[in-house]
Amino acid sequence: MGIRFILMVNKQGQTRLAQYYEYLTLEERRALEAEIVRKCLARNEQQCSFVEHRNYKIIYRRYASLFFLVGVDNEENELAILEFIHLLVETMDRHFGNVCELDIMFHLEKAHFMLEEMVMNGCIVETSKSNILAPIQLMDKTY
Amino acid sequence: MNPFSSGTRLRDMIRAIRACKTAAEERGVVRKECAAIRAAINENDQDYRHRNLAKLMFIHMLGYPTHFGQMECLKLIAAAGFPEKRIGYLGLMLLLDERQEVLMLVTNSLKQDLNHSNQYIVGLALCALGNICSAEMARDLAPEVERLLQFRDPNIRKKAALCSIRIIKKVPELAENFINPAAALLKEKHHGVLITGVQLCTDLCKASEEALEYFRKKCTEGLVKTLKDVVNSPYAPEYDIAGITDPFLHIRLLKLLRVLGQGDEDASECMNDILAQVATKTESNKNAGNAILYECVATIMSIEDNGGLRVLAINILGRFLSNRDNNIRYVALNMLMRAITVDAQAVQRHRATILECVKDLDASIRKRALELVYVLVNESNVKPLTKELIDYLEVSDQDFKGDLTAKICSLVKRFSPERIWYIDQMLKVLSEAGNFVKDEVWHAVIVVITNSSDLHGYTVRALYRAFQTSADQESLVRVAVWCIGEYGDMLVNNIGMLDVEDPITVTESDAVDVIEIALKHHTSDLTTKAMALIALLKLSSRFPSCSERIKEIADQYKGSLVLELQQRSIELNSIISKHDDIRSKLVERMPVVDENPAGDSIPATTASINLPNGVAKPSSAPLVDLLDLNSDDAPVPSSSGGDFLQDLLGGDLSPAPKQSGVNHSPNNGTSVLMDLLSIGTPTQSSPAVPDLLNSGQDSKKPVSPLEGLSSPSSNSIQPTSSAGFAPGIDLLDSFAASPPKQENNGPAYPSVVAFESSNLRIGFNFSKLPGNPQTTLIEATFTNLSPSVYADFIFQAAVPKFLQLHLEPASSSSLPASGNGSITQTLRVTNSQHGKKSLVMRIRIAYKMNNKDVLEEGQINNFPKGL
Repeated sequence: MGIRFILMVNKQGQTRLAQYYEYLTLEERRALEAEIVRKCLARNEQQCSFVEHRNYKIIYRRYASLFFLVGVDNEENELAILEFIHLLVETMDRHFGNVCELDIMFHLEKAHFMLEEMVMNGCIVETSKSNILAPIQLMDKTY
Repeated sequence: MNPFSSGTRLRDMIRAIRACKTAAEERGVVRKECAAIRAAINENDQDYRHRNLAKLMFIHMLGYPTHFGQMECLKLIAAAGFPEKRIGYLGLMLLLDERQEVLMLVTNSLKQDLNHSNQYIVGLALCALGNICSAEMARDLAPEVERLLQFRDPNIRKKAALCSIRIIKKVPELAENFINPAAALLKEKHHGVLITGVQLCTDLCKASEEALEYFRKKCTEGLVKTLKDVVNSPYAPEYDIAGITDPFLHIRLLKLLRVLGQGDEDASECMNDILAQVATKTESNKNAGNAILYECVATIMSIEDNGGLRVLAINILGRFLSNRDNNIRYVALNMLMRAITVDAQAVQRHRATILECVKDLDASIRKRALELVYVLVNESNVKPLTKELIDYLEVSDQDFKGDLTAKICSLVKRFSPERIWYIDQMLKVLSEAGNFVKDEVWHAVIVVITNSSDLHGYTVRALYRAFQTSADQESLVRVAVWCIGEYGDMLVNNIGMLDVEDPITVTESDAVDVIEIALKHHTSDLTTKAMALIALLKLSSRFPSCSERIKEIADQYKGSLVLELQQRSIELNSIISKHDDIRSKLVERMPVVDENPAGDSIPATTASINLPNGVAKPSSAPLVDLLDLNSDDAPVPSSSGGDFLQDLLGGDLSPAPKQSGVNHSPNNGTSVLMDLLSIGTPTQSSPAVPDLLNSGQDSKKPVSPLEGLSSPSSNSIQPTSSAGFAPGIDLLDSFAASPPKQENNGPAYPSVVAFESSNLRIGFNFSKLPGNPQTTLIEATFTNLSPSVYADFIFQAAVPKFLQLHLEPASSSSLPASGNGSITQTLRVTNSQHGKKSLVMRIRIAYKMNNKDVLEEGQINNFPKGL
């Protein structure tokens, strides 16, 4: 299992989406999110996209006002995860059309559905955007 | 309808939360919403269940408890429609808190949905199962998942593959069921199925040796071909990233090949060509290509050796390391860390670049690089590398100094070629980043200094200089204070000059100044201040001319609110004013301290270092000091100092009883001191005392001999000093209670009962040879207190190094019963430290009572003063 959690956080450090692939209690999650968000948001553009925190490696990428943070274990390929974040954003862009913080907030369940199609149990399931979006579009059409 | 349950729309709730200006406001909104949702749940409101759950997910994301919504998820999952199920499963995955009963309840719904006719519902169930499956669920649902691995729709097969991973992680013995279906997935064309299938195979290999062998034999070639196809595939818009088709699949394939190739020459051989192709042909100007190269290097480093490939891989890392992109440099450092076990030489070649990375602006890169440098250091390069690191320490960020200091200290300790270098480096670190140095590190520095007797002068002068510039570094101050206390005279007199140093002029009062500054500095903490007080005590003896000034400084702490300082101040005062005769003995130099090169005992040993002489705390060093076992001028008895100490103080002192009382390492000094100091002080009669003396000794002995010694009512205490044993009196008084006048009274020493047990009493009479004050003649009288006769009576005695003992033959070897007669024996003791130290003796008496061997032991501390 490579990916431990995926977070989307705004510039102010507020969580906008959180998906964990291992069990953490509510308190642990809150503490973890606060710590890593503080660490990542303090870094500048020139610094690398990887931060080590406890036994996690956080790979993060910033898109306008939104930060995407992925926590992985030591085995994972950091550059690939960086690429994966980009794929995730492109997929959301294709669905929402230039995705922004509000899209994710007001369509939290849809964002989760997309993520579900891409990552399961910490592993990448699908990398084709049309395959990822097919079930969601089908749902939109039917209902 | 309940006014609460109507609630707000999801959109409105999110707006309301967004509008909140403070956390308290947000909590208020959330509380209200949660109350409404609970009410709706209680009413079993069907219409808004969907919406309530969506709200709960949002509230959960914000970090509020939402466990009460779990059962709602189950209800939605059990509903017939897809949208309900969809949201129900999502809620389940998010809100679940591993409560077993919920998982149990959901198992049945999952089973039904895995068999559902609608493939999207099957997909939902698989996804949920893959994310939350427990061991029990894995056992219950494994057959369904296995079947779904062959489902007609690839989107189901890929999810079933990942679900299988979860199942074999939870229940590894199920792995073998999945080997064949997993192998079948590797032949697929659909990328989703391939990537998950490859992942499943990788996990199967980790879970089962059998699976690893199987895939190695049957699938290696196929995987190599798949990778080749992916690498050479024409442009595929759906999977294309920066001109590369599906880099994620590349990476998964390379990972699996790594597992298969590791430790297997044939498999490694089989993948050589394709790895070489990936390593040479992949575009390295985009992140996706670099990700593949990175993975490829990892694989090359892990599989069985192929010289050519390794060179290729190391070259790629070299390119990465000199890349301008920080991400690339980061992964290069990461990879070099793994490569070092494979090819340390190649990594050493990049040493200069790596060292530069330690100084990078980016904390992540610095951390990686520092860890890499740490493993790169060996005996041959420790000096230049340490120099670089210490130089950098001066300019590094505050938050990096802690890590850096710890690593430097550890390197210096591990690879130090000589003591002077070690001391130099550690003093630099202490002056530069003394506030970041851990306690055990500066403890260890003190131990090393103590044990390097030829460097005492050099070190104390270096510390004096360092103190002038870096008095704000706490641990430097501590080490300096300690050393000036110990070696103050060497500082002042430039003793032990090395060729490399310049002489300095320090007066006695300059040295005291340093301690005073340390004592009064506002940043000094309790430990430093306490150490400074002790250093003052030592200096008061080393520099008699400053004694008055020192007393004045120390007196200022008599009223300190900190008990420790107050106590030390009062003790110090009492030693200076009342016990001048023993002061020099109390503060003699520390002897060599046990120094464990492995380092694990260093904290234990050094823990006692800041507990100075004369304080009634367990400590090994002061004890040794008190007995002065290592003074070179004293005639040395046949046994070595350490063993002798053991012998003197009670045979085997180690917790595990052993039969022999000699040849133990002197590592138990700690408890011995307590013992020594507590003897004769009624307020302190430590429970450890009889224990210590009994361990390893004759178990038949009914009463511990020492009990007689430590009991205040015992007549073993000599009359003149008995006043000193009155309860509540200062511990030190018991050492120095004897009136000094007696020394002039010639042979008028009182007799003492040196030892008394239930069976035996030993009395000592003392006399001096005229003109030879150092030598004392002791006439020992042994009296049998038991009703049986003692045969083969042998008396043995042992003394510390500064004493010399000669035993004359005993008057008899048989001792009549019930005190009807006695044995006498003359002992001649020469005290090389006459006037400074009192006699002390450990005795052992062996005899046969009713044909049984009896052994008694004891220690005699109640010799009159001045012998």
